[in-house]
Amino acid sequence: MNPISRRLMFLGPLGLLAVGGGAGALLLHRMADGSFDPRGVPSVLIDKPAPKFSLAPQAGHPGFDGAALVTAGTPVLINFFASWCLPCIAEAPQLLALQKRGLQIWGVAYKDREESTARFLAQHGNPFSRIARDAEGNAALEFGVYGVPETYLIDKTGIVRWRWVGALSDNVIARALDPLLAKYA
Amino acid sequence: MIPELGHFALALAVALALAQSLCALLGAARADARWMASGAALAYGHTIAVGSAFAALIWSAVTDDFSVQNVVENSHSLKPLLYKITGVWGNHEGSIVLWCLMLALCGAAVAGFGRSLPSILRARVIGILGLNAAGFLLFTLLTSNPLLRVWPTPLDGRDMNPLLQDPGLAFHPPLLYAGYVGFAVPFAFAVAALIEGCVDAAWGRWVRPWALASWSLLTGGIALGSWWAYYELGWGGYWFWDPVENASLLPWLTGTALLHSAIVVEKREALKTWTVLLAIATFSLSLSGTFLVRSGILNSVHSFASDPTRGIFILVLLLAVIGGSLILFAWRAPALGSTGLFAPVSREGALVLNNIFICSIAVVVFTGTLYPLFAELVFGAKLSVGAPFFNATVLPLAAPVLLAMVVGQILPWKRAALGPALLRLWWAALIAAAVGLSVALGLRALLPALGFAGAAWLIFGSFGEIIERIRLFRIPLATSCARLKGLPLAVWAATIAHAGMGITVAGIVGMSLAREKIVAISPGEAVTLAAYDWRLDGLRDGAGSNFRERIADISVWRDGALVVRLTPARRSFTTQRMETTETSIHTTGFADLYSVLGEERDGKAILRLHYNFLAPWIWIGALIMSLGGFLSVADRRLRVGAPARRPAQSVPAA
Repeated sequence: MNPISRRLMFLGPLGLLAVGGGAGALLLHRMADGSFDPRGVPSVLIDKPAPKFSLAPQAGHPGFDGAALVTAGTPVLINFFASWCLPCIAEAPQLLALQKRGLQIWGVAYKDREESTARFLAQHGNPFSRIARDAEGNAALEFGVYGVPETYLIDKTGIVRWRWVGALSDNVIARALDPLLAKYA
Repeated sequence: MIPELGHFALALAVALALAQSLCALLGAARADARWMASGAALAYGHTIAVGSAFAALIWSAVTDDFSVQNVVENSHSLKPLLYKITGVWGNHEGSIVLWCLMLALCGAAVAGFGRSLPSILRARVIGILGLNAAGFLLFTLLTSNPLLRVWPTPLDGRDMNPLLQDPGLAFHPPLLYAGYVGFAVPFAFAVAALIEGCVDAAWGRWVRPWALASWSLLTGGIALGSWWAYYELGWGGYWFWDPVENASLLPWLTGTALLHSAIVVEKREALKTWTVLLAIATFSLSLSGTFLVRSGILNSVHSFASDPTRGIFILVLLLAVIGGSLILFAWRAPALGSTGLFAPVSREGALVLNNIFICSIAVVVFTGTLYPLFAELVFGAKLSVGAPFFNATVLPLAAPVLLAMVVGQILPWKRAALGPALLRLWWAALIAAAVGLSVALGLRALLPALGFAGAAWLIFGSFGEIIERIRLFRIPLATSCARLKGLPLAVWAATIAHAGMGITVAGIVGMSLAREKIVAISPGEAVTLAAYDWRLDGLRDGAGSNFRERIADISVWRDGALVVRLTPARRSFTTQRMETTETSIHTTGFADLYSVLGEERDGKAILRLHYNFLAPWIWIGALIMSLGGFLSVADRRLRVGAPARRPAQSVPAA
């Protein structure tokens, strides 16, 4: 082996590292803006009609069922939440901001006591125009919810367009949700 | 007050680590004994500083100081004391401080035990360790400081993930980290050798004890983690090819290769650049393992502590450490010529074969672990690579190593003949064949028979080297006994470690024969599994300090005689709103009776019962391997140091 190719061979590990480092940086960048989520598995419901379910309403609020999603006539954000969930508190300001922009947000109170839900809404604000109570977690099963909070975008024809696991952040709303809202408005 | 002192100690540690590195490296470059000596002294100071910060963190956790953020997030006043202490390293911030403490201890150990090293090499090693430590300490201080206060102070903490509240996991991270971080020392030796442009037999001898000790700790750590997964997760398996498990397996594999190739450097002055590269690779894989787990890039049941924003810092740190060493490697390594020549069939040849296969396994595991990320990045596809891939690819690569390691051990150096060596192992082959044949006839299954035959070959064949060395039955027995006494510890160590591997293999093969049953039965009913009758006697409620539990009483009978009472439980932790299953396991030494309690419906309890044949052997074997490693460290020859550079050591004493 001539000396130059011998030298080049010793550069091999460094090249491998450069590729790995670049890929790592790209992944981290995409994790930060929400386009790569190591925990997420795409929902099988995407581009399919929202599942059928019927739930009792939260006292003092209008409720909804699966059929209402089709007849709503506007895009709807379905948000699974619970009073006992800390990330739900964290995303409350984002949801309120979305509501101010005129988006329909319907809440599903997941495995929660009615009075706890009421207290949660009083304390952290109510971004929801309708609230259904999923005490048994049946609707969550239909949707394939991992845990709360989890958010789905249903377009005006009742088709599921997007799912987000975990708390919504401004970054996620700007990068992922807003383009979809523009598309399906 | 105590957390602030800890915070200050952490900041002080950064300064001391930087000073340690600068003094030692500059001192070595100028051959100034005073500078180099101060580098060693600073290594002790740096260790004391990190130790104080860690102690302050433990103090805060034990005294339930809920003004400290880290304690709020991971502790609870009702948590048992043991878990208050171990909870310190059960989360990201605390575990990184533990990592730093281990790294500091490595530097102090080189300063303390490395007195027989040439002072310049020792100073360089201490300096490189200090530089690494400064990077990681800075990371802790800037992005993951565990000693920050929180205001307003909450009344109580949020408690730790209940899965982690377990004695197995209490000690698994420190052991694993000690192994991971321990490889920083061979790494520092490799970088120091590259700076000096010299790798010789003495270097091989100095590196080996550090590599051995780290390897033994890592072996223990991985085994403990696997054991924890076995009994705490309650899935009945012991290894899931989970990314985090693979992240610990990779440095273990390259570390194993390093141990063996360093022998060739020591005895024959060959494979120098390769060994240096392995030392760099092993530590790099340890670091990347931390990076991938801590940044949460790899999705896993294990990564309880993850955060993408910290990932950037770790990535930069990683690229600096690994990139720096690889640049040095590309620049200096071509000058490290090989002097020892050897025939393909020889002890060296066998060790090269070992390296090729073990590194191939490492490449396969690496590929399988990272392929989902690659697919996501390039094709935008979500996929996972599971056990079938790893089983199908690792097994064919592992089998030749396992078969050959017995033969390699009795081959002479430089040049050997395969035929006579194999003939000398006729008795081990006979035992293996007998084991294989009896299993094949008993079970009428080919693969387990081959597996057990291989395990027997390994367990018994490992003693081949000792038998050869004492010339058993070829010279009078008394002379053989006298020779046995004179055998170096390293020979015993290799035999024990290899036999341990055989025991683990037997356990793994045995587990492939495990049987399980999922049943729904009412109290009073019984089911039969693997010649045992498992009767559900009743269900009751219980409570611990921070959980409530539902316990099943199961009695296991064999031929009408009571074998054992098992009490699997389902715990619900109040603060974390999480349920865990507590398995109940009875081991006979040859098999585990393993039971898990599931949900209850209509008065019936769902039970998962396993009969895990030879399961305990997996961890017993690993323990024996680890023991073998430590035994080898204890070998006198490694402590004495190589004579070649002996005169150099008197310099610092003057």
